[in-house]
Amino acid sequence: MPEQRRIIFQHIDEPGYAPDLDCYRRHGGYATLAQAVRRKPEELIDEVKKSGLRGRGGAGFPCGVKFGLVDRKSGKPIYLVVNADESEPGTFKDRYIIHQDPHQLLEGIMITCFANNVKAAYIYIRGEFPLGAKILERAIAEARAANLAGPNVLGTGYSCEIYVHRGAGAYICGEETGLIESMEGKRPYPRIKPPYFPAVLGLYQCPTIVNNVETLCHVKHIAAIGGEAYSKIGTPNNTGTRIFCVSGHVRRPGYYEFEVGKITLGQLLNEVCGGPRPGRKFKAVIPGGSSAKVLRVGERYKGKRKVGTEMVDYDWGIEDIPMDFDSLAMIGSMGGSGGVIVMDDSVSMVEALGNINAFYAHESCGQCTPCREGSLWMKKITARMVHGAARAEDGALLKSVADQIAGRTICAFGEACAWPTQSFVLKFGDEFKAYAEDRKASPPDAPALV
Amino acid sequence: MIAPPKPDLIPVNIDGREIAVPKGTNMIEAARLAGVDVPHYCYHSKLTVVGNCRMCLVEMGLPAVDPATKAPIMDVVSGKQKINWMPKPTIACATNAVPGLHIRTTTPQVKDCREGVMEFLLINHPLDCPICDQAGECKLQEQATGYGRGYSRFIEDKNVKPKRTQLGPRVTLDDERCILCSRCIRFCKEVAKDDVLGFTDRGSYSTLTCYPGRKLENNYSLNTVDICPVGALTSTDFRFKMRVWFLKQTPSIDTESSVGANTTVWSREGVIYRITPRQNDAVNDTWMADSGRLLYRAVRADNRLTAVRAAGTDGTLEPAVAAAAALLRLGSAAVVGSGRSTVEEQYLARRLAAAVGAGAHLVARVGAGDKLLISADRNPNVRGALLTGLIAALPEPQLTGLAAEIDAGKVKTVVSLGEDLVAAGITAAQLAKVKVIYLGTHANATSAAAEIVVPTLTVFEKQGTFVNQQFRIQKFAAAVPGPAGAADDLSVLAKLIAAVDGPAVQGEIHGVWTALAAAIPQLGPIAYRNLPSGGLLLDGAAWAHLAFPEGETLHHQPAARPA
Repeated sequence: MPEQRRIIFQHIDEPGYAPDLDCYRRHGGYATLAQAVRRKPEELIDEVKKSGLRGRGGAGFPCGVKFGLVDRKSGKPIYLVVNADESEPGTFKDRYIIHQDPHQLLEGIMITCFANNVKAAYIYIRGEFPLGAKILERAIAEARAANLAGPNVLGTGYSCEIYVHRGAGAYICGEETGLIESMEGKRPYPRIKPPYFPAVLGLYQCPTIVNNVETLCHVKHIAAIGGEAYSKIGTPNNTGTRIFCVSGHVRRPGYYEFEVGKITLGQLLNEVCGGPRPGRKFKAVIPGGSSAKVLRVGERYKGKRKVGTEMVDYDWGIEDIPMDFDSLAMIGSMGGSGGVIVMDDSVSMVEALGNINAFYAHESCGQCTPCREGSLWMKKITARMVHGAARAEDGALLKSVADQIAGRTICAFGEACAWPTQSFVLKFGDEFKAYAEDRKASPPDAPALV
Repeated sequence: MIAPPKPDLIPVNIDGREIAVPKGTNMIEAARLAGVDVPHYCYHSKLTVVGNCRMCLVEMGLPAVDPATKAPIMDVVSGKQKINWMPKPTIACATNAVPGLHIRTTTPQVKDCREGVMEFLLINHPLDCPICDQAGECKLQEQATGYGRGYSRFIEDKNVKPKRTQLGPRVTLDDERCILCSRCIRFCKEVAKDDVLGFTDRGSYSTLTCYPGRKLENNYSLNTVDICPVGALTSTDFRFKMRVWFLKQTPSIDTESSVGANTTVWSREGVIYRITPRQNDAVNDTWMADSGRLLYRAVRADNRLTAVRAAGTDGTLEPAVAAAAALLRLGSAAVVGSGRSTVEEQYLARRLAAAVGAGAHLVARVGAGDKLLISADRNPNVRGALLTGLIAALPEPQLTGLAAEIDAGKVKTVVSLGEDLVAAGITAAQLAKVKVIYLGTHANATSAAAEIVVPTLTVFEKQGTFVNQQFRIQKFAAAVPGPAGAADDLSVLAKLIAAVDGPAVQGEIHGVWTALAAAIPQLGPIAYRNLPSGGLLLDGAAWAHLAFPEGETLHHQPAARPA
């Protein structure tokens, strides 16, 4: 069984470890910041570029490239926005960092700010994390009092404030431009890109870096050990560690941190998480948060992939898939936010999709026509199916509606709401057909269709 | 007559056709220049781009260049530069043309995108076209016909939303019809500068509404009805009154102020049902004030004059003209012209004044400007009076000059062209000292006291021109016939001039323009029928020394005031 490599989660659930500054410092905290603020900012950006760090929020965008895109000639202030709107169903990693090790995040923020000449950083935390917001506020106050944030950090003349901004409970605020609109006090309608790339026209129309909580924690460790050393963790182009949040029908659900690409889905589910529940078999896995395309147990993925400089054939079952960004993308899904949702043979895929569709219909911001209307339509179809009026053609209709959404909206929510439907119907089409005929389609205890 | 600067033209390719478009043109406008219609809902040329309706998705490509050398990559088969087509469709509204831009609007992917968006827009739309005011001028109807699939796959229950929300005194909202394009929200924020509209809830349940405790009651609220692409925002005044396809459209001009907003008057069988703005990018863009939209009610007002009256009894026009001429021949006459009269009427008024040796006056109307489409000068045509030489200086407040002349006994007969002298500042005692010849549309204190009354036509019943604050001469046409008993102002004036033995002039518009062209060099080369629909900018340099009351409005920046 592959061993966990806990970098970000090193102290999570450690007995006696407290989220206060003293505890963090006793464990060597802020030593990296103290060194970093005496280096040249460009050196730090170079370290991040060398590290190959990819964003842990969902898209896996290279962090160093993101820093490189920032418009530094505009004369406007540069902002850092920390995306702590962890809302993707199946994902629960950032909240542990915030609750149990907030100073790790703050140190990552301060190093990132120093590297990018940022004078104000905002932590946008989802409305459903009131405790997290309180903990962060306390941690920021501690850091300021210890001169680790705020004016004249550690006597270097560099000043940077960190603020907590609470959201009001909307998934779309995790989309970076929707988040920025929300911070500006508006409805979180994602912006059109071009022209509103955050790196150029972000918060208050100023250049803005938006990064996920886990990503910024990695920056801290990159600054500590150097980009070169960090890049040796994990696999090429998929460096570092990743926290997998495993939920659903395994014996030991939870969060596990591994080097990226050094563990397969099969190892994660069977060895780390203890396999299926007694008497059950795995049926399907969503590997990267609810919007990632579902994988069906038993299907094969074949093709050629690059190993080193060579192209080699691969023929994988879902248990063979290495859990890294590129492999998951190659087989048509994604690593996303690291939320691994496991379903066993007790699950009706129609009902599971109904659940996902209800979520996305509720969370569509309503700006673009396809997503706004399509997400609710898909929800209405699956709800009707679950409540006893399924038709044989509903699967095909669902797929067609989803096809009319993906790729045609302002932000990636279009894909997020379309991919589950597309993949569920594609991979479990037989089950959708059977559902229409099956008695189960009209369970006696189903609540009335509203 | 200032020529606009020549825009930089750049080559683009739309559906295989090469055309040159001005730099900065977005893809919708570029396609329009190529004669290609790109359907859209949320995009409006006078508002910011939000790109939310997704109807304007097209395929976009750019010429391929080698990333290292920047050299063009050529296609071996065609010998032309290769085009890199974007894998995903692009919204045409938010993308500006760049040199070599290629757009495809007829591919299966574009067709599929449009069918998809149309289907989505219709699934929760009530489809109550038979009772919807927008039917006939509804983008949803038109584009469903043009780009939709023609059948529905939706068997679920539609969303339920508020059906008749009073957003303000003049606008009624049907939320179920709303397609959430946000044009109205952007208009209020960006043009009317009255940010009162917004969405509540989210997703497909998003609902347009006013902010709590606020109303959509600014004087431009009805523009939201005009730009609503569907039947969600309706005019409370026009709602359920008439099918738009029965209505005749007549180009007209808003007479509220010297802005001269271009309008369209919608009428059927001699009855006006509504007034809407007509696009003129040099004057009013696509907007007009609410207050101007109800002016048509004057046409059928209870106090409309319809009988010629002379010496206290109703009669016919000819004896009344003869009686008026007899009064005018006595001398000591004055003409009170109007800034609401047309250029042609003002010209004939000047000829009449000259024929009887009368002085001419104009009634001033000054109010607060709103910096948008209502200027401080509430007369539409003071500059016409200057141009025709009816007056040489700006009208004096309260007709003080005329009052002094009456008091001094120098004026014994007053011809009023539709102006109520009492409202304009002449006292009842002063009015009693003079005999009044009143040519006008509505009864008032002056018509009641007048010796001779000749009913004339409102702006909706005649044609003519106004000169706005920019010195732009704009023409308007008659939308409806005048009531029985009313005579055209020009013919009445021409008859009066003939009756006082003045130099003959024709009493119809083309004849007057022949005379105008001879008298006013600027109008020399132009015939009335050749006046462009967007008006013609005249040279106002001769009057630059006057202290016009107007401040800044849309498309008008007043010259520095003379000291």
